[in-house]
Amino acid sequence: MRWINRNISRKQGMALGALPILGLLLLYLLLAAQRHAANPMDKILPLPSGMVQAMQALLFQPDPLSGDLLFWADTLASLQRLGLGLGIATAGALLVGLVLGILPPVRATLGPLVTSIAVIPPIALLPILFIALGLGDTAKIALIAIGIAPVMIRDIAGHVAALPREQLVKAQTLGASTWQIMLRVALPQTMPRLLQALRLALGPAWVFLISGEAIASDVGLGYRIFLVRRYLSMDVIIPYVLWIALLAIVMDVALVLGSRRLFPWAHGLEAKGDKA
Amino acid sequence: MSALLSLRNVWVEFGDRVVLENMNLDIEAGSFVSVVGPSGAGKSSFLRVILGQDAPSRGQILLDGAPLSPECGPDRGVVFQRYSVFPHLTVLENTAFGLECAGSPLLGRLFGSARRKAYTEAEAMLAAVGLGDSLHLYPAQMSGGMQQRLAIAQALIKRPRILLLDEPFGALDPGIRADMHQLITRLWSEYGLTIIMVTHDIREAFSLGTRVLALDKRRHDPHAPHRFGATAVYDLPLDKTKAENPSELAA
Repeated sequence: MRWINRNISRKQGMALGALPILGLLLLYLLLAAQRHAANPMDKILPLPSGMVQAMQALLFQPDPLSGDLLFWADTLASLQRLGLGLGIATAGALLVGLVLGILPPVRATLGPLVTSIAVIPPIALLPILFIALGLGDTAKIALIAIGIAPVMIRDIAGHVAALPREQLVKAQTLGASTWQIMLRVALPQTMPRLLQALRLALGPAWVFLISGEAIASDVGLGYRIFLVRRYLSMDVIIPYVLWIALLAIVMDVALVLGSRRLFPWAHGLEAKGDKA
Repeated sequence: MSALLSLRNVWVEFGDRVVLENMNLDIEAGSFVSVVGPSGAGKSSFLRVILGQDAPSRGQILLDGAPLSPECGPDRGVVFQRYSVFPHLTVLENTAFGLECAGSPLLGRLFGSARRKAYTEAEAMLAAVGLGDSLHLYPAQMSGGMQQRLAIAQALIKRPRILLLDEPFGALDPGIRADMHQLITRLWSEYGLTIIMVTHDIREAFSLGTRVLALDKRRHDPHAPHRFGATAVYDLPLDKTKAENPSELAA
C-alpha cells in the first residue's frame, strides 16, 4: 500500500503521537542519570527529583523579600500582560480589519500604513517603547499588541475583502445600509477568523512577552527564567518552560473549542436536508 | 402601454472595451423576460446594470419612469447562481434579514413583537417556497436546490418591483431544476412578479419566459473584437396561451 493511503485510526494516532514524546523523555532521563552518575552535583541536566525540590520553594514558600509565592506571582503577572496585549490587539484587529476590508476609502487611506508597520520587526521597537512608556508593564503590553496586531489586521481585512461580492450585493438589495452590512454580514462572518488569527498570534505574543520580561522586569515567567539562568538553575528553567508550554496549549484548545461552540456554521456542519 | 423598466440608449463600456451598445428596451410589469446569448455577450453586464451594480456609461435606465440610482436597492431583488445566502444565519434569520434591516437602522435586529411579526412573515414566505420545515438549518446543511429556494424567499419578502435571476438553476441537477421551474412559475403568477432571468439554457428560457431576449454582437471587427458591444439581436414575445410547443419558436 502507498504511504499516502495509510490512514491512521484515532487510537493508533494517539499511540503514535505519544511515542516521540515518551522517547524524548526517556532520552533525557537516561542522559541526566548518566551525568549524575559521573557528578552528583551536576546542574545542566537535573533529575526530576531535583526539579521537584527546586520548584517546591517557588510554589509553596513565600519569598523572604516580597512575601509572594514566586511561581504564582510570576504566572499571574505574565498572564495579565499577555491577556491585556492579546485583548488590545484582538479588539484593534477586529475594528481596523473590518473597516479596512469592507470600506474602499478606508482601505485606500490606511492600507499602506498598516502594511508599512507590519514589516517592522517589533523587537526593534522595544527600545522606543521602553523610552516612551517607561520600564513598567505598559511597554511590555504595548510590545505584544504592536507585535501581533498588524498581522491580525491584515488577515482580518483580507478575509473581509474576500467575502463573496454576491453576498454584499444581495444584502444591499435587501435594503441593508453600509453600517448594517458591517454589523450583520461582515462582523459575524469575521468572528471565527478572528479566533483563528488569535490562535496563530499566540506564539509570537509569548515571544514578545518573554523578551520584554527578560530585558526589564521584576516579576514574570520570562523574568524568572532569565534571572535564574545566571546560576545555571536548569531545575527551575525546565519546569517553567514546561508550564509555559502547558498554558499555551490550554489557550489554543480553549480557542478551538470556543469557536466550535460559538460559530457552528463555520466548522463544517453535517448536511441535514435531503431533498431539494 | 407604460413600461415598468425602460432602457434608453444604454451603453456599457470599460475603458475602450464596449460590452453593451445602444440598448433600447421596455419591460412591462408582470412579464417574465429570459435573456440568452453566447458567453461573453454581456448577459451578466446587462443584469448588473439593471441591478445597479454597474452604472451605464451612456444612456438612461428608468424604473417606473424615474431614473435608476447606480446603486443596488430594495426595489430590485436578485438571486445569483451561488453565494446568495448568508452562511452564518439560519434559514429563518436569512429570510427575516430584509425585514430586520428595514425595521432597525441602528442594530439591524428586531426585538419583541416586531421581531415576532417579522419572523411570522418570514415563516409564511418559507412555507411558500417549500422550506417550511427547515427553518433552523444553516445553509451549509442544505442542498443546492434548497439554498436557491431560500435565496428566492429572501428576495421576495422585500416585494421587489423586479426580480433578477442570474443563472439561478445553472448549478442544479436536472430533476431539481424541473422542481425549481415549477416553483418560480408558481411564485411568478401568485405574487404578480416581474422577472428578468439570465440563463444559458435555451429550453429553460423558452419554457419559463413570456419574452426571450437574445444578446449578441450585431457587428464584428476581427481586428478589434472588443470595439463592438452586444445588444438584443432577437426580441421574441411568447404568447403563453398559444405556444404550447416552445421548440417551434426556437427554430
